[in-house]
Amino acid sequence: MGSVSDNFTTPIQPHHSSGAEHDEQIRILIDESVAAPTVAYLAGAMVWLVVGSLFGALASLKFNLPDLLSSQAILTFGRIRPAHLNTVVYGWVSLAGAGVTVWLMGRLCRAPIQWTGLLYASVVVWNLGLLLGTGLILAGFSGGMEWLEFPLPAALLIATGFVLFAVSMFRTFMLRKVDHIYVSLWYILAALVWFPPLYIIANAGLYQGVSEAAMNWWFAHNLLTVWVTPIGLACAYYFIPKVIGRPIYSYYLGLLGFWTFALFYNWNGLHHLVGGPIPTWAVSLSIVASLLMFIPVITVAINHHLTAFRHLRMVKQSPTLRFVVFGAMCYTFVSVQGSLEATRTMQEVVHFTHYTVAHAHLGVYAFASMVLFGAVYYLMPRVMRWEWPYPGAIKVHFWTTSAGIALYFLAGTAGGWLQGEAMIDATQPFMNSVSVTLPYLWARSAGGILMTIGNVVFVWQFAVMVRRAGPLRFTSAWSRITSHEDTP
Amino acid sequence: MRVYVFILGVLATFLLGWIGIVGIPAAMLGRVAGEQEAKRYTAEQLHGRSIYIREGCMYCHSQQPRAQGFGGDQQRLWGRASVPADYVYDRPHLLGTMRTGPDLFNIAARQPSQVWHSLHLFNPRLITPGSVMPRYPWLFAAKFSPAPGETPLNLPDSLVRGNVVVLTDEGNDLVAYLLSLDHTTPILMRRNDSTRTSQ
Repeated sequence: MGSVSDNFTTPIQPHHSSGAEHDEQIRILIDESVAAPTVAYLAGAMVWLVVGSLFGALASLKFNLPDLLSSQAILTFGRIRPAHLNTVVYGWVSLAGAGVTVWLMGRLCRAPIQWTGLLYASVVVWNLGLLLGTGLILAGFSGGMEWLEFPLPAALLIATGFVLFAVSMFRTFMLRKVDHIYVSLWYILAALVWFPPLYIIANAGLYQGVSEAAMNWWFAHNLLTVWVTPIGLACAYYFIPKVIGRPIYSYYLGLLGFWTFALFYNWNGLHHLVGGPIPTWAVSLSIVASLLMFIPVITVAINHHLTAFRHLRMVKQSPTLRFVVFGAMCYTFVSVQGSLEATRTMQEVVHFTHYTVAHAHLGVYAFASMVLFGAVYYLMPRVMRWEWPYPGAIKVHFWTTSAGIALYFLAGTAGGWLQGEAMIDATQPFMNSVSVTLPYLWARSAGGILMTIGNVVFVWQFAVMVRRAGPLRFTSAWSRITSHEDTP
Repeated sequence: MRVYVFILGVLATFLLGWIGIVGIPAAMLGRVAGEQEAKRYTAEQLHGRSIYIREGCMYCHSQQPRAQGFGGDQQRLWGRASVPADYVYDRPHLLGTMRTGPDLFNIAARQPSQVWHSLHLFNPRLITPGSVMPRYPWLFAAKFSPAPGETPLNLPDSLVRGNVVVLTDEGNDLVAYLLSLDHTTPILMRRNDSTRTSQ
């Protein structure tokens, strides 16, 4: 796409060409301003990643061993499951997303982060909210709606944490030193505008009965629309061209992709209530919007994949690219699957089954988490001025998590499909829909445990890295890394 | 300037979605009255409902039978397809999105027995071999003898060793809630309070 895309490719292009030395000074200034807040957010995210993974693994094993740890109310499935969801979504993904965003903002605005005091306050408040919310769920005070189980005090703390974060980010944006607003920045700005009203409306208790169910699934699906997906896409749009050193395939497609994303994704939520006691026209609207998601998904796919596939060797050699490209491919896959899954034909079978649970993990883990892993692998050496001490552990992390999520997804999808087929066939006893899933649920647990192992390896190396401990290394992880990644 | 246009644009896409798939349905459903379809919960049932939420029953049980021709709910005799008027007193809603276990919207019509529910909550595998539902031992108390009005669970002596096992107050209320889940009453098609035909 010629000269236009070239202008937008390298997000930290010099404002005025004033020499490499000047650039270097600015970059040092920016790096100093982002380092501490980024690490603070990420450190919190790491704790919740481990906690959330353990909750998830335990919840999954309880399907195989229903009497496992079942004599204490605090460890019952119905409390561990929401504890898992809320810690990984509001803890791991959200805090890591915020930390990566802080770092990206410095680069994309080419300006030091403003009002960092707000960011530290945000980290404290946000983590307190998570601690309180998780404790309350385990103690039996769940709000009762999926994705909204944190009771009001905890939700208020998290909302406050997000708003403090957003204010600092907006201030930084206002004082930006770039003329162009790169694609990643559109997604980040939109997320900053969208999340607070969504989360506040959802926790305000405005609805009752079936209307509340509509709100519930509008919220739960929109949490991906307004926060998880934009941050993941912002990372993919930044890191793929950045590490490869080539522009994204088409800037115009990026524009089309963004606005169709914003227009259609906000209407998807009610496909979670297909066949339910909801006005049918509203459900149909959501199904149509889900199918229209093909447009932003294909445009994003062209931009990401055509850029990456031309440089496959680099994808193999760079830890960042390997995770981010894996995540970007899974974004395409999970989105296409989601659009098809929203149709009534599919919902008749897969609604109310493990198929949907597997789909959710494909989005939040295989896409969002893998992209965030890749982002952390890129930015931490720059933030800490310290190379990853154990490159081998990165490989272990990649293979356990990618194999783990693949096993999880395939087992959950196949088991869920069979469960659905058995459930809608009234000639079979209902128990068939339980027993048919059991071997698949064992495989799913194995996948979950693999992912947990990978996550722990990752968090362990992060902990070493934060202390600048471990062997001193002078080259990037994985020897034959290209020069592009060596220059931040 | 263009930044403000951008921000207003993304805000508009968000608000449109909210109005479109939540606001308008909520406004339509605001006219739905409970009256015939939904009965108000007693204090006991309401407390039981909070136990249902506390233990996360909705993560495995839906409360929304599907209509004829969409899945097998009607053939399984899980009750007529539910309508918004069935839920007017529900907050939080408990429609559920998972059926690891069966739909419970009419469980009281299928299993009206207090004894059945007590035993099932004590250990689901006593009643349904192969069930993956958890036990809820904290909803039960072991005693030397039942207090007046308490019915001990009919358990083999090898399990209780001379004691009796009874439901706690929480357990009692949860069972009371489960026994309130009967929505087999026909839908009224009157124009003012019916839900199916909102003008």
